[in-house]
Amino acid sequence: MTAVLSVKGASKRFGAVVGLDDVDLDVRAGEVLALLGDNGAGKSTLIKALSGALPLDRGVIEMDGRRVSFHSPAAARNVGIETVYQDLALFDNLRPSDNFYAGREAAGPRWLPQSIRVLRRKEMAATTKSTLERLQVRLDDHGAVGLLSGGQRQAVAVARAAAFASRVVILDEPTAALGLRESRRVLDLILRLREEQKAVIVVSHAMDHVMEVADRAIVLRRGRKVGELVPNKETYAQIVSLIVGGGA
Amino acid sequence: MGGGRVRVEMAATAPHDRQYRALHAALLGLRAGPALILFLLVVVVSLTTPVFFTSRNIGDVFSQTAVIAILGLGQLLVIITRGIDLSVGSTVALSGVVGAIVFLHVHSTVLVILAILGVGVAVGLCNGLVFVLGRIPHPFIVTLASLSIVRGLALWAGNGTLIPGMPHAVDTLGGGTIHWLPYSFFVVVGLALLTLVGTTYLVWGRWLYAVGGNPDAARRAGIPVGRVLVTVYVLSGLAAGVGGLLTAGLLDSGSPTAGDLAELDSIAAVIIGGAAFAGGRGNVGNALVGAFTIGVIRNALNLHNVNAFYQLMAIGVVVLLAVEGDVIRGYVETRVRLARATRAG
Repeated sequence: MTAVLSVKGASKRFGAVVGLDDVDLDVRAGEVLALLGDNGAGKSTLIKALSGALPLDRGVIEMDGRRVSFHSPAAARNVGIETVYQDLALFDNLRPSDNFYAGREAAGPRWLPQSIRVLRRKEMAATTKSTLERLQVRLDDHGAVGLLSGGQRQAVAVARAAAFASRVVILDEPTAALGLRESRRVLDLILRLREEQKAVIVVSHAMDHVMEVADRAIVLRRGRKVGELVPNKETYAQIVSLIVGGGA
Repeated sequence: MGGGRVRVEMAATAPHDRQYRALHAALLGLRAGPALILFLLVVVVSLTTPVFFTSRNIGDVFSQTAVIAILGLGQLLVIITRGIDLSVGSTVALSGVVGAIVFLHVHSTVLVILAILGVGVAVGLCNGLVFVLGRIPHPFIVTLASLSIVRGLALWAGNGTLIPGMPHAVDTLGGGTIHWLPYSFFVVVGLALLTLVGTTYLVWGRWLYAVGGNPDAARRAGIPVGRVLVTVYVLSGLAAGVGGLLTAGLLDSGSPTAGDLAELDSIAAVIIGGAAFAGGRGNVGNALVGAFTIGVIRNALNLHNVNAFYQLMAIGVVVLLAVEGDVIRGYVETRVRLARATRAG
């Protein structure tokens, strides 16, 4: 199967510090790819480059074999890449449907400037409801997101990404701040994204979660790709060793 | 067996549900609090002062509250975006003075009105542009500076004194009535409806709340945060211009000391009404309820011949109570979140 998203020779420097050094990455439809590494390994830099938040110094990003370049998060979203940041980037004061559509509101008439178009609130609420149902997330659209539990908030952020990501969903530490039960629900959500043939990139420190959901894992250290393995019981020790720098 | 299990589950979940429902009821009470307080205030004042509920006095309350309500509507937009506009009182003065100067030279009602509103827009635009383009961390200092500059300009332009004369239409708008209802009341209603439409039904309104709720996330979502902030200060300035128009009409002149401390009244109105000073939460109802609470308190104290100094203190105490109510609301919201997590778990 060909890759949906490919990165070739990605390099990024921050002054004297090497953020990324000639990193290659491929992710296919219906695959969960784990991006692993210790703090400062370059995971966040790579994620930011893929989500349009940080331009690369060198390297090529391709979608379905075609070269693309992102100058903003909006540009990445336009080609079907959605990112769930660690801080979730939710608006606690707004309802789930408002969160779903923030910055891309369904509104008309189209001949008016975007800011003074009239919101199509029913349409936005219906789409949000159907997306949440499809992903088996149970919550209503009446209250503000700030009143939801941590797991429900995470679910809203993931569902928002799933609703608009036609190709790739990137999740940065999706279970970092969650308890056992809520982590379970988010992992189920990731598996549903895979069932929907989305390409999923997960950045996580939780190795047991990676073992459970990831089809492949790429390990970064000091900005370089140091390994690519299928995560399972047999490769667990090898992955940990690559992360901490003990050699493969 | 099955029945037993159901009972066990019910026994386990019932306290969570009861707690959740109690917290939810408390939250609803806190949300409705400002409107209930205004209602109770009106009832108590009506019972203690028969004059209060006469049509003439109600007309007076509307007239005295109109400028606070209009400034409050502008201030509401600013506060939703986590900002503050301290320049609105000075803008009321400068716009009136400029209007009076224009009227001295050109006897054109349209030009006078345009000049008054134009001053408001110009001050708001300067505030917004300096804040956004200057990358200043908070608008407090920007609008504090313009409070001083604009008041100074008003005193300079008016030579420190009142400039008499306003077109008849402006006088009518500021001081005229239809039966007992002042025209200014209809201006408030009109602006409130426009603000309601803008904040509730337009994309811009959704952006406004998004910027107030999480500015970083708004940027990442592609919302033009800078543009939203500039429009907010322009609209607050425009509201101050309308306030200047009504004040100039009421005084039949341009006064460089008009609108003194009106910025504090407008902020107090928004906070008393139940909007969050931290931003992201608030609506037209909050601004109006807050403005009329201030108006009713002042009117009631006047009717009881209470010294004006005490009025200032009373408003201050109400502001403190409102802020504390907001803190309690935040606490209850956290508890609701925890209760939801427990129920979901």
